[in-house]
Amino acid sequence: MVRYILRRLLQVIPVFIGTTLLVYYMVFALPGDPIAALFGDRQPPQSVIDALRAQYNLDQPFWVQYGIFLKNLFTFNLGVDFTQQPIAAALARAFPVTAMLAVEALIIQAVFGIAFGVFAGLRKGKLFDSTVLIMSLVVIAVPTFVLGFVFQLVFGVQLGWAKPTVGANADWGNLILPAVVLGLVSFAYVLRLTRASVSENMNADYVRTATAKGLSRPRVVMAHILRNSLIPVVTYLGANLGGLMGGAIVTEGIFNVPGVGNKLFQAIQRSEGPTIVAIVSVLVLVFVVTNLLVDLLYAWLDPRIRYDQ
Amino acid sequence: MTSNTEHFVAPVDETPLLATDAVKTDQAPLSLWADAWRKLRRRPMFIVSSLLILLLLTVALFPGLFTSVAPNNDCQLANSEAGPTSGHPLGFTLQGCDVYSRVIHGTQASLSVGILSVLAVIIIGVTLGALAGYYGGWLDAVLARLGDIFFALPIILGALVITQLPLFRENRSVWTVVLTISLLAWPQMARITRGAVIEVRNADFVTAARSLGVSKFGALVKHALPNALAPVIVLATLELGVFIVLEATLSFLGVGLPTSVMSWGNDISAANASIRTNPGILLYPAAALSITVLSFIMLGDAVRDALDPKSRQR
Repeated sequence: MVRYILRRLLQVIPVFIGTTLLVYYMVFALPGDPIAALFGDRQPPQSVIDALRAQYNLDQPFWVQYGIFLKNLFTFNLGVDFTQQPIAAALARAFPVTAMLAVEALIIQAVFGIAFGVFAGLRKGKLFDSTVLIMSLVVIAVPTFVLGFVFQLVFGVQLGWAKPTVGANADWGNLILPAVVLGLVSFAYVLRLTRASVSENMNADYVRTATAKGLSRPRVVMAHILRNSLIPVVTYLGANLGGLMGGAIVTEGIFNVPGVGNKLFQAIQRSEGPTIVAIVSVLVLVFVVTNLLVDLLYAWLDPRIRYDQ
Repeated sequence: MTSNTEHFVAPVDETPLLATDAVKTDQAPLSLWADAWRKLRRRPMFIVSSLLILLLLTVALFPGLFTSVAPNNDCQLANSEAGPTSGHPLGFTLQGCDVYSRVIHGTQASLSVGILSVLAVIIIGVTLGALAGYYGGWLDAVLARLGDIFFALPIILGALVITQLPLFRENRSVWTVVLTISLLAWPQMARITRGAVIEVRNADFVTAARSLGVSKFGALVKHALPNALAPVIVLATLELGVFIVLEATLSFLGVGLPTSVMSWGNDISAANASIRTNPGILLYPAAALSITVLSFIMLGDAVRDALDPKSRQR
């Protein structure tokens, strides 16, 4: 296990460096001046341009810039955005909101996805199963932003069950509507994955043994089928946590949630290179670390993986 | 020469051939594709989704067949958010344009982005994936690392960054969206192809072809690759739907297609302003988008079931 952890940790380093390098290169080194974009049509004095270039290290060679950026990233010294607000402080305010939203969406999709998936898998080919399958296809087909608007309109405005927008004070309660929207697409995938896994394991030898030795049906389902079916589902859920952080851009925009996605989107509309790179790098770091944790969890659950290779 | 030992061989008529033993020699054995096609023809999901796709393609190619109202020219602010009238069955947008006509004319942008991106992804992904899987070596190692890097970048995040590059931001068109999507999505296709090629590269028929004098590359193109295409086709059909959603999402965020191009994503984004007064303006293009994506996902699902060797045995 220690060997596996070490190997997996070593794999993370090139991925992280590669991803940040890619993003950094695209934002700063390709043609187009991030400082000129700041001023729009007005031409600023050369001294102002030079001062700004020095402040963002744009006067240094590319590799020096990237090195300084990495060093700053690991000391959480992310610099200031173009309105002179520290990026790290803004991220520190926005990050808990997005994390709350993502965790809430994760819980919703895990609980409902697994429950529906197990019932559908146990009754494969029956009416409930086919209904749930078709519903899941429909959910996958409707884009998140359409779902967001429809839910906002129906539950927020017409029925008044929840506040249509979240605003400055985000808490678990008023984040429910955006969390449902964010979690719905992955809910359909969790459902289909659980269903496939359950219906495959239902005919496994150990299930027949468990039934033959006289265990009750609930016990066979809970202790034998479910436990073995959950391994791929847990992997998907973990890998999806990072994806939820990315998908939050759209949901946070629609419901006006003051999270990282919203910050990123604003930065992109203002073409704020340093802010974009800082936020994307932090998100990639979160994504890579959650994937790492899930892989380790997976290896712990299923010994075949850590002894492989 | 006399033999004094009896050979106990059962006479043929003692074990009669059963119906299941019969081999139909008068017809060629069904290939994977022919078998899959036979199964597909009977699936209602396949029939419904292909008819829908056929209809959508017709709408995209000949929008004039379905509406005679020009989508942009007749916009009059007097009609802003007006309800349905004769000749304008779905009402008017905030700018007073005909909703039905815009939905019909928007089909083209969505479908062309989807189809062109999938073609680009197939060309890049299948080529690199097949070469990496077949030859292995440094190409395989480089591709695996490159794939890891792209997988660590959620696709919306990557697309937001790429579309903000000056080169992309100043020339926004269908082509930049296609380029953005295919740049980010090819590694998955490469990975799938690589796996499928590795599975068949040591198969007997490839070895046989090689021993008959087919070159190594020829064996890949003529024998290994055609037998590894099933997962590629399934992924391509599913990705068509995914890419159409991605285009709409990017247009909705304001970084996809320019507003001069009529597309469902742009229309949904513009309808955002009138959602509380006249939600229909938003719902009609959204419904068109969802039905399109649904038909491609249904098609992909049906094709996967038909090509899956596990379900073939039933």
